[in-house]
Amino acid sequence: MSFLTVLFAGLFYAATAIFVVGLTLKIRTYARTPAPLKIPTTPAPTTKSGVVLRMTREVVLFESLFKSNKWIWMFGYLFHGALLLVTLRHLRYFTEPVWAPIEMIQPFGMYAGFAMVAGLGGLWARRFLVDRVRYISTPSDHLILMLLIAIGLSGLGMTFVAHTDIVAVKAFILGLMVFDLQPLPADPVLLVHLTLVALLMIIFPISKLLHAPGIFFSPTRNQTDDSRDRRHISPWAAKLESDAQTKSNA
Amino acid sequence: MAAPKFDVPKLTGFIDVPSVKEGASAHIKSFPASDVIQEGIGFPGPLPDGWHDIAIAKMGDLLSRYRSLQVFMDACVHCGACTDKCHYFIGTADPKNMPVARQELMRSVYRRHFTFAGKYFPSLVGAKDLTEETLQDWYSYYYQCSECRRCSVYCPYGIDTAEVTMAGREILDAVGIGQKYTNEIIGKMHKIGNNLGLPGPALADTLEGLEEDILDATGVPVKLPLDMEGAEIMLVTPSADFFAEPHVESLIGYAKVFHAAGISWTLSSKASEAGNFGLFIGSYENMQRGAMRIRDAALDLGVKRIVVGECGHAWRVAYSFWNTLTGVGHGGEDPFARQLQQQLDPKYPAPQHICEFTYDLIQQGKLKFDKSLNDHRTITFHDSCNVARGSRMSDMPGGQFVIPREIIKAVANNFYDMQAETIHEATFCCGGGGGLLTDDLMELRVKGALPRMEAFNNVVKDKQVNFLALICAICKSQFSKVIPYYGFDMSMVGGVHQLVATAILLEAPEETEQESEAEESEA
Repeated sequence: MSFLTVLFAGLFYAATAIFVVGLTLKIRTYARTPAPLKIPTTPAPTTKSGVVLRMTREVVLFESLFKSNKWIWMFGYLFHGALLLVTLRHLRYFTEPVWAPIEMIQPFGMYAGFAMVAGLGGLWARRFLVDRVRYISTPSDHLILMLLIAIGLSGLGMTFVAHTDIVAVKAFILGLMVFDLQPLPADPVLLVHLTLVALLMIIFPISKLLHAPGIFFSPTRNQTDDSRDRRHISPWAAKLESDAQTKSNA
Repeated sequence: MAAPKFDVPKLTGFIDVPSVKEGASAHIKSFPASDVIQEGIGFPGPLPDGWHDIAIAKMGDLLSRYRSLQVFMDACVHCGACTDKCHYFIGTADPKNMPVARQELMRSVYRRHFTFAGKYFPSLVGAKDLTEETLQDWYSYYYQCSECRRCSVYCPYGIDTAEVTMAGREILDAVGIGQKYTNEIIGKMHKIGNNLGLPGPALADTLEGLEEDILDATGVPVKLPLDMEGAEIMLVTPSADFFAEPHVESLIGYAKVFHAAGISWTLSSKASEAGNFGLFIGSYENMQRGAMRIRDAALDLGVKRIVVGECGHAWRVAYSFWNTLTGVGHGGEDPFARQLQQQLDPKYPAPQHICEFTYDLIQQGKLKFDKSLNDHRTITFHDSCNVARGSRMSDMPGGQFVIPREIIKAVANNFYDMQAETIHEATFCCGGGGGLLTDDLMELRVKGALPRMEAFNNVVKDKQVNFLALICAICKSQFSKVIPYYGFDMSMVGGVHQLVATAILLEAPEETEQESEAEESEA
């Protein structure tokens, strides 16, 4: 077994662990932190099913962003939509036999890489061209865009320019999943691609990529507007109340 | 009006997004609270020993108690969707008035102290230590936010800058840096019962005077009862309604509506303030203490319904938070909430907005109007931010937009809305909300009113509008003071119930026998 194979196997095990554990901890924090007051933003649904619908529209259509700014929506939607297709396409390297729907999206998934990079390019351009966005951009904002674009370009390179030994790559990944290490081809473009993907997984739980789980916990979007009909009270507020009552009874 | 010491923006007919001008409003700072004011509501004097650790501990405390803050600190991607949404940015061009930059003031400290990336790679992710200078920056810019939540409508993750501003003010208060205007008023509310510090006897005098005025003007003995036990309804209204202009015109309107409907009602000297500035500084404890007065007054007077007058943030607190804070509402299963629910009439929403109340009566045909009495007015309506984005009226979503407009259309012939991107949930703040309605912030208030003034100016020009109808005490005070800077007359500003008061037809005195009988049987 080559050093390279062991190195990358280790990298992916570590990245996966950090990604899963880090994200779980963050999600646990979000879930456990109480939302003491009802703060849904208009237009707020009055029922739970309405909230599910609203959240679905936010996640699937980026509804609020569409209302806000058509340029950001366009680039953002292009990027996220393409990323979804590309990710789904990559499932073919994790499954044997490949599921039929994944087979079906294969051609779209291949070209979606271009759309993804284009969307990212548009978002990045805004960080230079729009003075307001330039003002708020931090180095990490630029670096995350660079990282994603580099992942996209290295992937596109292997798809359309210099093919890598994809059969061996798939064997490596399938092996990883059952802890049976298979040799990884020493193709530099592939190694760059894999390293950057691992890096993305590692920074996910400690960066603004937390917007992905965050939106589901956003009280302005996930609360029902029913404050007059149902009493909403957090554990710490209830304790405040019972403490006060005990005091006044004493 | 003295000449302003700043440039009043010129109205162009369009709401332009300005180019970033760093530090453009850095000099705007409201007066800080004195030690006495701070201590009166449970905060220390400025920068006690160990303030840094106190502030960081407070931030940690808030992060663990408010999911909003925790999620909002993490979720922002700096996409820029909010950057052109704040009226203070549009008016001042100061980039720190962009919602994301305002949040970033806190987020940079959050990152430094509460995240891995900020602890080990601070410059990479824009993490900063908390210094005295940072606190001063916080003080400037967290008191240049009116907590109107317009940005939150447009954020793809629903990040609500009001939550961040409130947390920022709470942390500042924890280290003794408070704002004079807001904290002084909170103290008055606790001590005397209302923001204006108006004691019970003075209130009784004022109401008596108003009864005489109404009698003189209409010949109808409309009453404004105070502390009447056993009344059906307790009206809680902002104390400005008792003698500020044009607020008092709306109070007269409420009284006439109650009179015409023949429903017994009362004001309370204990709950003589609907406003609750505890909201503005994010202080759950102060907000609850303010709201408790209203619960106590309702229990003392034995009323069956609680109606809230025209006040934006008060309605948000009442509609969205009263049930949580005090059990005024329905569906509580704890003994605390049940006590009040046994008394309140479940047929009606608790609390109920005066507009909901009036609208219901209009629907039932119980009120009669002569719309032509308002023919000298051409009216537009400004959605108040807290009503538009933080609460609702009626059972239908969006009722807070429909009901005030329907009332206006029922009492007047000439009504036009302002342009679509400035009304409903997209409404622009008046520029004076959230604890900024103080003369030391006049420059900010004038500049912050710019987008609303543009939209208003357009309907003044195109539709000859001469009346800006409001349902918020702060909006009324703010616009009365600020629209003269833009060349309008302050008499163009007034309340929705002022319009109701103009057009409502009251029964002539000889027909009131039935009514007094009804009152007797109720007593």
